[in-house]
Amino acid sequence: MSDILTPTEDALAEAPPPTRGGGAVRYVLMKVGGGLISLALVVVLGFLLFRVLPGDVIQTMFRGRPATPEAMAELRTQLGLDKPLFQQFLDYVWRLLHGDLGESYVYRVPVLQKIGERLWPTLLLVGVATTIAVALGLWLGTRSAWQRGSRFDRVSTGVALALWSTPTFWLGMLLLGATSGLFPTAGLVNSDTPPDFFSQAVDIAHHMVLPTITLVAVIYAQYQLVMRSSLLEEMGADYLTTARAKGLRDDLVRRRHAVPNALLPTVTLVFLHLGFVIAGAVTVETVFSWPGLGLLTYDALRIRDLPLLQGTFVVLAGAVIFMNVLADLLYRVLDPRVRAS
Amino acid sequence: MIIVRSRRAALGITLLVSALVTVPVAVPAGAEPMPAAQAADAQESKLLRVGVTQEIDSLNPFISITRTGTDILRTAFDYLTVYSQKDQSPIPSLAESWETSDDKLTWTFHMRDGLKWSDGEPITAKDPAFTYQKMLDDEVARTANGSYVAQWESVEATDDSTLVIKTKVPQSTMLALDIPIVPEHVWSKVSDIGAEPQYPMVGSGPYTITEFKEAQFAKMKANPNYWRGAPKIDDLHFIYYRNADAAVTALQSGQVDLINRLTPTQFDALKSDPNIATNNAQNRRFNEILINPGAATNDDKPIGSGNPALKDIKLRQAIATAIDSKTLVDKVWGGYAEEAAGYIPPVFADYAWTPPDDVKRTFDLDEANRMLDEAGYKKGADGVRQDKQGKPLNLRLLAHAENVVDENAGPFVVGWLKEIGLNVTLEPRSDDQVNEDTTRGEFDLAFSGWNANPDPDYVLSLQTCANRPNAQGEGGTPDSFLCDEEYDDLYSQQLQEFDAAKRADLVKQMQERLYEQATMVVFGYDNALEAYRKEAFEGFPLQPAEGGVIMNQQGYWGYYGATPKGEGPVPTFDENGKMTTSGADTDEAADESGSSTGLVLGIVGGVVVLLLVGGLLFARGRRRTAEDRE
Repeated sequence: MSDILTPTEDALAEAPPPTRGGGAVRYVLMKVGGGLISLALVVVLGFLLFRVLPGDVIQTMFRGRPATPEAMAELRTQLGLDKPLFQQFLDYVWRLLHGDLGESYVYRVPVLQKIGERLWPTLLLVGVATTIAVALGLWLGTRSAWQRGSRFDRVSTGVALALWSTPTFWLGMLLLGATSGLFPTAGLVNSDTPPDFFSQAVDIAHHMVLPTITLVAVIYAQYQLVMRSSLLEEMGADYLTTARAKGLRDDLVRRRHAVPNALLPTVTLVFLHLGFVIAGAVTVETVFSWPGLGLLTYDALRIRDLPLLQGTFVVLAGAVIFMNVLADLLYRVLDPRVRAS
Repeated sequence: MIIVRSRRAALGITLLVSALVTVPVAVPAGAEPMPAAQAADAQESKLLRVGVTQEIDSLNPFISITRTGTDILRTAFDYLTVYSQKDQSPIPSLAESWETSDDKLTWTFHMRDGLKWSDGEPITAKDPAFTYQKMLDDEVARTANGSYVAQWESVEATDDSTLVIKTKVPQSTMLALDIPIVPEHVWSKVSDIGAEPQYPMVGSGPYTITEFKEAQFAKMKANPNYWRGAPKIDDLHFIYYRNADAAVTALQSGQVDLINRLTPTQFDALKSDPNIATNNAQNRRFNEILINPGAATNDDKPIGSGNPALKDIKLRQAIATAIDSKTLVDKVWGGYAEEAAGYIPPVFADYAWTPPDDVKRTFDLDEANRMLDEAGYKKGADGVRQDKQGKPLNLRLLAHAENVVDENAGPFVVGWLKEIGLNVTLEPRSDDQVNEDTTRGEFDLAFSGWNANPDPDYVLSLQTCANRPNAQGEGGTPDSFLCDEEYDDLYSQQLQEFDAAKRADLVKQMQERLYEQATMVVFGYDNALEAYRKEAFEGFPLQPAEGGVIMNQQGYWGYYGATPKGEGPVPTFDENGKMTTSGADTDEAADESGSSTGLVLGIVGGVVVLLLVGGLLFARGRRRTAEDRE
């Protein structure tokens, strides 16, 4: 559990000393600046990481089909892979600064366009799954903390932990087998669904059921456990005794007093993890052939499409960084203690 | 105020969640029933849905190199010549006839009369001339099939029905040009030849591509102008499954009609399904273990770290004798494979070679031990043989970490070689790592394998001296690093031999030479395992007609001749590509009982979820009113 709580603790620890006026601006600038530095590191790492992978890209692309050495050399020049590594890096950064992520080797379209096509299915899946997971996690976490040690607490915490430690692909495969035929097993829409909006929407929803359930099952535990532990911390607090002394019903004490105070770490966690969830959807997207960013990354890795790999890497890592910065900033807004500790 | 807001939010979230869970289950269960019922609809509108597990990179005919992409394009664009359904020999297609000059450098193709593109424009010799010329001029247009035109001098349409191609050297693959021919009137207006094409795409094959959603599906429609006659189905959809098990589930529940690339386990499971027919087909792949005979670059500089003892042909032959193809076929492929013979898989009957008895090595560990004793490899105290310098013979066996064949065959091979006193360590690596290590000669033994084509030139070229890499490790796709003068001689002879029987004979001699040199041991040809819904489809033409495949053919016969249930026998195509309707009419009554199960289950599931959600909301409502009363 402690690893889940660390980001919040870090956020607390990093909270600036109380200053007046310029404090807020400096805080924001610091956080944004930190994010930008991380992003720059990601860019460098993304370039190097995929180049230390074994095997020659051109050789891989031509494997198994007739090719003359001239044709291979031609393609090498065409893709700029004949230049020195440093020159390639400079080109890559220069293009990146102009918002150009290069062109995919395999699909022969701009990487940005490809990522744009694949972004919305991922956002849809991750958005819905996270919403459900957060709602479910908070509800279960609150209940189990309030009835600590009860059977409900033991069972729900146990189930959550078990699901959390379940390998995603295995859970997905199990669901596929268990629901055999009830839900589509792959993709976003059927190829023969009529093109009108309603049919498409219903079909997409139908296709979303299994991936969403899988993703929710695997991620809701962290919200539940954090909610549970932060509520437990509040349970002994004096203001709850006061509230009870006022004669408030237990339910109301929980909802009006304990939960709002315990919610803060969880909210931070939601934002911190939003970035990771997008990247974590890779497995779910692979199992259910969901045409999102995760599947794109997976396929790009298999066929060694360097620009596409760099692109998805920067976008996925960028999402984590962005969410981190957002969480830091939001925390300051949400928690008065950070503002004026 | 804050409290009130949060309560509303909670209610909102609950409602949103219930809606999200309910809608997907409930609505399709009622309004648009279950996949099995969809299959019945599909039968009426004559739709064939093919589940593919390999990605489609692009459907640009100049760019696409993936297997599925090629498969689709072969169905959308006809060729000058096509591989016959019967035995994969080249037969006339858009070109009706052809002749070659005496020096074999000039090819004249005569185009069939009255051919039309799918948009009604005539197909003339100008179209292939445009396509090939584009490839000669533009390097991007050479991306997919550039190797075919690498040695061409010129291409010209002398009139509407005559195409003349001049090559720099005699080229034996001129009747096997696997290049989609595009319509000049459409593609001459395209400025960026590498860009994604416009759909629907004007084509000349039995189907035209109407829509392509990358990583989701590609849709094709029957081409009414197809010169061999319109197909029996109206629509052909290729649906992408990243996950092979999901594709199997989809076939069983009727979400797709046809799939391939099944594992023996999946295949066996589908065999017992009454709605499904299976096809255990001969495939074009051979699996081999490379034995590093001393890797070197194409200018004969030694590279890599291969055990020098393997330069001894006697040691290599002993290793080859100690590998039992039969056991591997049974244990690794569950019997869905053929036992090893020559380098070219038996599916290419013209070129396949079976070692005659006096050359054939039969699996015999005692014999292998005897060979090694004779060659002077003495056993050390630990039972491991020593090389001529007295060092124990320790060998590495490179395997593809994610490959089931390597994973299962590895321990057998290690075990057998231990029996003959060789200490072998299995080293699983990622595919790219294996490719890199074998290209650099950093191996002793390694698993490998290739898909052969109807024209054997490519796989034969892999074993030539010239195919070894240059000093930078580039420019070649080495396989076993064989560099043998006799083999290379035979290779250039077969390349310039235009008499089919004589060429086949040369190819067989080459395989005998390879077998003798034992720089690689072929240990089996795995079958292509396919399955389709027999309640929806009568069947498909196979290529080759006896024991062949439906999907991934060298041509379009399987998809073109797809026959829906109740529409008569599956056609076969003769050596001129003419449709003949022979073959038994399998008039089995389709078992309909399974199809409604999905619907019933779906409705039950939907109702259960509705009740659950309703109950939850009701309970919440009651609690809330209780609260409010307080």
